[in-house]
Amino acid sequence: MVQRRYLPNTEQDRKDMLESIGVNDIMELFETVPEDVRINEKMDLPDQLSEYELVKYFNELANKNTNSSQVPFFLGAGTYDHHIPNLVHHITSRQEFLTAYVPYQPEVSQGELQAMFEWQTMICELTGMEVTNSGMYDGFNAVAEAANLAKGSNKKGTKVLVSGAVHPQAIENLDTYGYTRDYEVEVIDTKADVTDLDDLKSKLDPKETVAVVVQYPNFFGSIEDIKAIADLVHETKAELIVSSNPLALGKLEAPGKLGADMVVGDVQPFGIPMSVGGPHAGYLAVKKSLTRKLPSRIIGHTYDSDGEEGFVMALSTREQHIRREKATSNYSSNQALFGLTSAITMSVLGKEGIQEVAQRNITNAHYLAKKVEEAGFELVNESPYFNEFSVKLNKDIAEVNSALLEKGYVGGYDASDAYGEENIYLLCATEKRTKEEMDEFVNALAEVAK
Amino acid sequence: MFTDYNTLIFDLSQEGHTAYDLPSLEIEEYDLSADLDNHLVREEAANLPEVSELQLIRHYTALSSRTFGIETGPYPLGSCTMKYNPKVNEDIAAMPGFANVHPLQSVESKQGALQVMYEMQEALKEVTGFDAVTLQPKAGAHGELTAILAFKKYFQEKGELEERKYIFVPDSAHGTNPATAAVAGFDIVEFPSNEKGMMDVEAVEAAIEQYGPETVAGVMITNPSTAGVFETYAKDIVELIHDAGGLAYYDGANLNAIMGITSPGLMGFDAAHMNLHKTMTGPHGGGGPGSGPIGVNDKLAPYLPAPMIQKEGDSYSLYDPEKSIGRVSGYYGNFGVNLRAYAYVRAMGADGLRRVSEDAVLNANYLRAELKDKYDMAFPGYCMNDFTMTLSRQAKEDDVTAKDVGKRMLDYGVHAPTTYFPLHVDECLQWEPTETESKQDLDYIIEVMLNIAEEIETDPEMVRKAPHNAPVTRLDEVLASRKPVLTYDREAIEAQYEVFKETHADLFEQEDQQSPGSAKA
Repeated sequence: MVQRRYLPNTEQDRKDMLESIGVNDIMELFETVPEDVRINEKMDLPDQLSEYELVKYFNELANKNTNSSQVPFFLGAGTYDHHIPNLVHHITSRQEFLTAYVPYQPEVSQGELQAMFEWQTMICELTGMEVTNSGMYDGFNAVAEAANLAKGSNKKGTKVLVSGAVHPQAIENLDTYGYTRDYEVEVIDTKADVTDLDDLKSKLDPKETVAVVVQYPNFFGSIEDIKAIADLVHETKAELIVSSNPLALGKLEAPGKLGADMVVGDVQPFGIPMSVGGPHAGYLAVKKSLTRKLPSRIIGHTYDSDGEEGFVMALSTREQHIRREKATSNYSSNQALFGLTSAITMSVLGKEGIQEVAQRNITNAHYLAKKVEEAGFELVNESPYFNEFSVKLNKDIAEVNSALLEKGYVGGYDASDAYGEENIYLLCATEKRTKEEMDEFVNALAEVAK
Repeated sequence: MFTDYNTLIFDLSQEGHTAYDLPSLEIEEYDLSADLDNHLVREEAANLPEVSELQLIRHYTALSSRTFGIETGPYPLGSCTMKYNPKVNEDIAAMPGFANVHPLQSVESKQGALQVMYEMQEALKEVTGFDAVTLQPKAGAHGELTAILAFKKYFQEKGELEERKYIFVPDSAHGTNPATAAVAGFDIVEFPSNEKGMMDVEAVEAAIEQYGPETVAGVMITNPSTAGVFETYAKDIVELIHDAGGLAYYDGANLNAIMGITSPGLMGFDAAHMNLHKTMTGPHGGGGPGSGPIGVNDKLAPYLPAPMIQKEGDSYSLYDPEKSIGRVSGYYGNFGVNLRAYAYVRAMGADGLRRVSEDAVLNANYLRAELKDKYDMAFPGYCMNDFTMTLSRQAKEDDVTAKDVGKRMLDYGVHAPTTYFPLHVDECLQWEPTETESKQDLDYIIEVMLNIAEEIETDPEMVRKAPHNAPVTRLDEVLASRKPVLTYDREAIEAQYEVFKETHADLFEQEDQQSPGSAKA
């Protein structure tokens, strides 16, 4: 028996429809498919499951994962365990937002268009930039597309510099895209926990460097001096790309005010489930002069034929469905639903709330760091940090995390490779962590890592 | 006064309102500004809207009511496969054991997630007839790029990259195909389709001859094509490209027509992407997330992006393919979309997926057959999961365009088909009803289209001015690009209105008030 829940055609419907078309058998419709490419036996797939069996099966699989509703997480490194306001899921579950597609018919897509316009505004407010598109696949991809944009506006240059204190996966992505667009990715050394400005200075090539990428707060949790970096970068024509956790911008000065030419990042901290790494959503905000070089959709304000306010996709001539091989990128689907998710969450937080949540992250992380230090571990960060910091362990991190998992904790990230030293342990404390959880976690860490 | 919740959220904002709270503080607050250089401390707060919980919900509810989704009504948007998105998949994706799992936690603590990915890879190998699948690409175009990068690396290894610089693309291709090949550094050779909407084998042969076999990097083919026809000679073209030493890419945009009937692997392709948000019911989310896994044959498997999922005994782990092109996205792609798609595959089974393709093709042909007396079809013969009609006759005779007809459909509660695509068909509408549309709904669409055919004759001006029942009338898209307002800024909005007035003088001749939104009053 074939699954029928999603398939409304009855045998009678099929018969009637075939008759209207003027054929006897459905396979006549496939007459253009040559015999030698036809599948002749049934595909080898697991048997169909009823809805009840389906939920049961996936429940079993879900239960094989340790999740943050069960145990406290001290793991960050680019994806964060924040509280998701309950209303967010209720709104994003509305079918109008969930199931619609790219707003090709703006007259019946005003809601999604307006929500994206509002999102663009919030991103520009936070980053201090003038323009943004309506979102990227993720924060790592946004770094790469920003570098592509820089390369696109400086075709003679061949080099993109990236700080060694940028997320390693962002660097790997950038490297792949560099292969695509024919630029070389060179890593700037770090000095302890931040970008080494002397190394940056020596690697900046006025002719070859098209962009410099730094992260703020950086991968080790530390807050880079973007202004000092911008001053150096702008002695050349290179663009400064700042990858930024947008929640931190509740307390940190907007990169746009410090001299960034482009600001990118991932809005996962705003109400998006960790979901094993995706779907999240990236953002790419730029100074005004780069507007027409942006990839992907941009939503703009306009009026209808009666003079009522409305919204449409603007400046579409940059995009692949019109420009084809001359487009600014090959973007089609992006992560619109998660742009919306973060817009709702930013609206939940509001002007005050974002500062308070950012502050609570700061307070918790610094409390945890103090406790970890008191327990005898050495703090790696020399610069101020946001909600993450690194400590030096004397034991293999995989073993430590395995022992912590048994005690009911998901521990930190092994940042040894990125830092260039053994057993560098990156810990995170979001606003969700309680004093009790942090105290007990440090006790457990002291037990297993000493 | 009644509050208009459609208004921009920044206009609803009032100081002191919030929809958030925090647990009370148990420890001493830490003053980071004391550690930071002054210039790194935020000086001016980001102006996020301040609204209470109910206000916020009313705002987004109002917005949603101005948006057409699949559950609102028929959504026959060609190339986009707007089928029903099962609710149970949403519930599965929201299970804490999936939603609240961190991508970087240890392999031992996320075995269930790895198992989902592994089993989905295996299922997609079977559907596409390939040897290896990666779930990493986040959208169809991202999958294309991943595969074309694998092509590039493959030629580089063979020392042929300099020479092999041409990718062949038919004129019916989605814009993403040439855009992707260009992004990856290849040059595009576009070749024409014939009157049946099919690629011309001889044209490909001639092009290979003209450019020289040694310069051919590959071909990108959508099959069924965007013209809605099955490319009967796809395999022959693939063979021509292979003989020249090139590689063949299959764009899976229309995979919904062929599951269990044929596969890109059987047609000889080297790589293909699938659009899981189309074929496998991932909700489209207003433009994303998508998911664009790619399948490849043994030739290209070593080049797939890192990491891949493997099974050893009963446990699942990650590995990097030996000659990997590297990472193309964070972590493991859009896990949540792949999870929903896998739930769909398990709900359907092999027979169910085949039935999906049969009914998708059946529904499209039924619609086509019932409309072909009143509307001219762009291509002869039976169609696959979508078909294209051309309104060039109506445009000439009645001055009613494809866009006008699409807009008029909105008044009847039916979303417009894709307009003006494929590009090589004049004044076209591209239809894809999908298999989840019932015969009753198809009959309604037919009734609507027959009505509109009559309206074109009797009242073309009304059709030209449609929509009449939508939340707004036709929007000025030119203005949005000519005088862009891309963020909330009341001054800029007013300035844009001044330009609007210049270009719509007729609207204001009998108006006294001239502020935004009042022209209608």
